[in-house]
Amino acid sequence: MTFFAVSGLTMAFGGLRAADDVSFEVVKGEIYAIIGPNGAGKTTIFNCINGIYPPTEGKIIFKDKNIRGHSPDRVAKAGIARTFQNIELFSNMNTMENIMLGRHLFMKTGLFRGALMWGKKSFAGKEEIENRRKVEEIIDLLELQSFRNKIVGALPYGIQKKIELGRALAAEPELLLLDEPCAGMNAEEKQDVVFWIKDIQDELGITILLIEHDMNMVMDISDRILVINFGRQIAEGRPDQVSVHPEVLKAYLGAEEEVDGQNQVSSSQKQA
Amino acid sequence: MDMKRSYYDDVRLFSSGVTVFWFVALMAFLFFYPFVFTNYYVYMANYIAINIIVVVGLNLLVGYTGQISLGHAGFYAIGAYATITLMTVAHFPFLAALVCAGLIAAVFGFLLGLPALRLEGPYLAIATLGFGLTITTVIGRIEMLGGRQGLHAPDLVIMGHHLTSDRQFYYLAVTITVLLVLLARNITKTKVGRAFIAIRDAHIAAETMGVNLVLYKTMAFALSAFYAGVAGGLYAFVLRFIEPELFNLFLSVFFLTMAVAGGLGSVMGPIAGAIVLSFLDLQLRNILSIPYIGDWLRDLSASYFSLTGVSNIQFVIFGSILIAIMLFEPLGLYGLWIRMKKYWKPWPF
Repeated sequence: MTFFAVSGLTMAFGGLRAADDVSFEVVKGEIYAIIGPNGAGKTTIFNCINGIYPPTEGKIIFKDKNIRGHSPDRVAKAGIARTFQNIELFSNMNTMENIMLGRHLFMKTGLFRGALMWGKKSFAGKEEIENRRKVEEIIDLLELQSFRNKIVGALPYGIQKKIELGRALAAEPELLLLDEPCAGMNAEEKQDVVFWIKDIQDELGITILLIEHDMNMVMDISDRILVINFGRQIAEGRPDQVSVHPEVLKAYLGAEEEVDGQNQVSSSQKQA
Repeated sequence: MDMKRSYYDDVRLFSSGVTVFWFVALMAFLFFYPFVFTNYYVYMANYIAINIIVVVGLNLLVGYTGQISLGHAGFYAIGAYATITLMTVAHFPFLAALVCAGLIAAVFGFLLGLPALRLEGPYLAIATLGFGLTITTVIGRIEMLGGRQGLHAPDLVIMGHHLTSDRQFYYLAVTITVLLVLLARNITKTKVGRAFIAIRDAHIAAETMGVNLVLYKTMAFALSAFYAGVAGGLYAFVLRFIEPELFNLFLSVFFLTMAVAGGLGSVMGPIAGAIVLSFLDLQLRNILSIPYIGDWLRDLSASYFSLTGVSNIQFVIFGSILIAIMLFEPLGLYGLWIRMKKYWKPWPF
């Protein structure tokens, strides 16, 4: 069975190919990282997987089913959750409610049963209690207890990142997409995140697909790494293989020959 | 105290015994209100109750889901016309007609929600504005609905009782209002309400967490339209006569003003907004009959503005209130209340 595979994924914005014939496969249970310079097309790949962008070409296989072109909520239902590079929390809700939204797919209360919630014994009441208990477990795991009832918009950046991770975990995904989980964090906070990602992999058995710029961290926790530049994949393999790959060194440390000027411009536009 | 003992405390209707006390006190006040106040104030209470229904519904759409609507007078009109027509033509009993009218408005709300899936901000405002203006024009051309002449409401009979006076109608209106407010409050605290807020705050994240945007946006429109439709049905029996001109653009703006003045995104805020602004709306119409001040305003207006301008003074006041709210307290009356509560919390220290 194919757990998760992307093959020939191409995302073209007009003439710009933000992702160009990208193929990789993620094995169940591993931590798989996608790295590349700014504007390489990493987040575009995530957005295609999620259904936020409709890919121009290619296949996205999740548990033997092609999920390419599915709407984001259907992708979520299939068992893929994600976090965002620039935090996308519901800034006027508190931590509890934010993570509760991760339980959305597990709750059956609709408009009517919700409106008629009357006491603990009602359907909606029971479901609220049950799911809040689940959320509390995640709050405990991520040590967010003291922020439980705080409105998230005003919380520190690192905490917000954690809450976003918690919200994704609440959806009990089989595949978790993390878009730069360490961006903007100090060394200590990064340590914590690495620790949690390991925990999520080991204890919750969730497969992780990760985008990250921090090379130390990527080399440390990833089982395999895909390197892309200008939308094309240039290397794939174990951390020790990738770190000595000539193409990767060229992409990160600079090329000897001139890089195609047009590509450079277009990739920076894409990042914006 | 705010100590929580169970997860249910987060969503409990009455968070403590004190809230239960205030709720009972409020119900008692509402019950005895018609015995204490004169007919005019009972009529005013009916007017306020109906506005509360619309504004609570509108707030579910604007305050919670973040979708603007300048067309709520349209749903209100649909509710009013549908209630009367169902009663006179199809001989529905009042409550059945009222619910059906709400559902008809909800269907229109759902249809208006479809284009709203692709429109945001000012574009959505214009689309809903167009809807509000169109619906009254269409109604004005339908002979069965009385055209430009308007429609008279039939007798109001509930389970064999004829409700003829404002006092009798009061209990009906208040019961329905309290019920609808409680339902709205529960909706905002459960799954659907959270999905609404999620769409407002970060719709992409909401989608990737499994919220179906198409479903929930159209649901918000339909739900909001249902509230407006029910309120419209009640309003038809407060006035006993309706015509298309009643449901003009200003009414839509007035609904939105009440919601904003009260505080978007809370259940209590819009209620406060509806009470204060509806009260002002009715009272300021009589401002000229106040001794001294009325005469002074008439003189002022006649010498500096226009001869007839004072009769529309409520619009001037509403405008000023909106500006003041945007400047000083964007959360409206509800924000003011929260601040006061915070200020008094450590009292008497």
